[in-house]
Amino acid sequence: MKIAVCIKRVPDTETRIRIAGDGASIDETGVKFIINPYDEFAVEEALQRRDKAGGGEVVVIALGPDAGQETIRSVLAMGADRGVLLKAERIPADALAVAKALAAELKDGGYDLVLFGKMAADDYHHGVGPMVAELLDLPCVTAISKLELEGGKGVAEREIEGGVEVVEFALPAVLTAEKGLNTPRYPALKGIMAAKKKPIEIKPAALGEARAIVTSLSLPPDRKAGRIVGEGPDAVPELVRLLRTEAKVL
Amino acid sequence: MAPRFEGVDFYDVGSLLSEEERAVRDTVRQWVDDRLLPVINQHYLEGRFPLQLVPQMAELGLFGANLPEEYGCAGLNNVAYGLIMQELERGDSGVRSFASVQGALVMYPIHAFGSEEQRKTWLPKMASGEVIGCFGLTEPDFGSNPGGMITTAREAAGGWVLNGAKMWITNGSTAKVAIIWAKTGALDDASSIRGFIVPTDTPGFSAKDQKGKLSLRASDTSELVLEDVKLGKDALLPGSKGLKSPLSCLTQARYGIAWGAVGAAMGCYDEALRYAKQRVMFGKPIAGFQLQQQRLVEMLSEITKAQLLVLQLGRLKDQGKASPQQVSLAKRNNVDMACDIAREARRLLGANGILAEYSAMRHLANLESVYTYEGTHDMHTLILGEEITGIGAFE
Repeated sequence: MKIAVCIKRVPDTETRIRIAGDGASIDETGVKFIINPYDEFAVEEALQRRDKAGGGEVVVIALGPDAGQETIRSVLAMGADRGVLLKAERIPADALAVAKALAAELKDGGYDLVLFGKMAADDYHHGVGPMVAELLDLPCVTAISKLELEGGKGVAEREIEGGVEVVEFALPAVLTAEKGLNTPRYPALKGIMAAKKKPIEIKPAALGEARAIVTSLSLPPDRKAGRIVGEGPDAVPELVRLLRTEAKVL
Repeated sequence: MAPRFEGVDFYDVGSLLSEEERAVRDTVRQWVDDRLLPVINQHYLEGRFPLQLVPQMAELGLFGANLPEEYGCAGLNNVAYGLIMQELERGDSGVRSFASVQGALVMYPIHAFGSEEQRKTWLPKMASGEVIGCFGLTEPDFGSNPGGMITTAREAAGGWVLNGAKMWITNGSTAKVAIIWAKTGALDDASSIRGFIVPTDTPGFSAKDQKGKLSLRASDTSELVLEDVKLGKDALLPGSKGLKSPLSCLTQARYGIAWGAVGAAMGCYDEALRYAKQRVMFGKPIAGFQLQQQRLVEMLSEITKAQLLVLQLGRLKDQGKASPQQVSLAKRNNVDMACDIAREARRLLGANGILAEYSAMRHLANLESVYTYEGTHDMHTLILGEEITGIGAFE
């Protein structure tokens, strides 16, 4: 079974973000980067599928600057077989531009499955996976929380509002992973050492034209300080009045 | 749920590490956050080692990680090994002690002094956590002076017979195998000390948990008794000769301890800083008071120095140039600084600092053992005193 996992390098979700001088990107100084957390579920699923099939290959693909190699290496340490870095100065904000470059790489790869995280934790687009599926004319199931494969077919479950949706599809297919699909493994120390010897191919990204650009970024406003309206039962009427008239939550 | 630990790195010491070294550190760091910290308090309070974590630690490759891959180990360099110890001890000194004993005090001597057959028999099983080991050197009456030991190994028909007692043995009751150091000659002949591989189910071998510890409570500390323990010829570690053999194991373990202490200190500092920023007194966070700022700055300064110290020591060790005395300096300095930081963190936390919910007092109590074991602080002072003056103050 030949599986591609497309990953993205994103700022650590717990890092404190500062906006750069251009007002439209983040200041990367001192920011720790990690693999997009949703992509970890895609990686784990790919590794389990390969091992269950008793062979095959898991290829990890990232798009972006050189630093992406470190993120690819972390996936190789988890057990992926080889990596591809589609080199670009920066990751375009236009999901379609990214999707075109990935689709060009995936097109003749002979993959049975192409896996993504359901979205990137930095831009929340949810876009690249389904766009790649469209470009490759493959079936696509997004945000899957369970997967079964048999023969040339697959059945995936999606958690939807108030229930579970079961989707059947033919392989090859593009799937995007929801949190909870599996429990991603830690890269074991032997895996980290082995990853040094696994190949990472670096080639220029055939980016599509960027038709959407980010014009500005802003941080959420500081939360206003709370107010103590009084103490004990005597304060209750005033509190209720303010919740009605000022906060308008009652 | 505690926030994820992001490290303490004021001097960008991380940039002096290789990509693999950082990856090793991050993997262990995450494991400690996810799996060790959520359970450590309960184990500490109940006085139990978290044995259920051993298979996970083995799967990550934490045991004997700087030994070669051909024996099932990870084959890491000494800096990566040190980073493992650092991250484990940020969790708990007792858990780091477990890994130190397994790797540096049992797997290391089997690798360094054992026959190829002994290595092949024991090392893969110890790397996989299937076999837990302990190291018997210290005796009830011989701590800082191990050369005075009275445990004996006598040659008998077809092998050896061991008699004696060992004390303060980490993993003693849990272990399936013990490395026992014993005199094969006269009691005043320290050069006759040899190492033996002793399966703990051998008749005459018994281990008893040492009760009443107020430190390293999440660690198994036991007394071993050897009463006519009969072993085959192949129990002897053929390459072991004299006191310097067990001492070289201690140098390995002390090296890891010097790193581990940095982890405990980082954990205490991180907790103290978070607490100081969020605890409000007299209308502002206590982090805004000069006295607490001084505490925090002293902690950060000492941690930064200690980080650079162990990193250079690790680089020297990887080049085969680290001397036992250099290891003594690092163990002595770093454990002492970690004790101070744990105490100051405990004080900054006020009354909350005495609760198990916070880690400072647990680290503080643990580090008092670390201060004393693997060469007491005082003995390392004397080792270094002898090294620089040429005049021994002991023996």
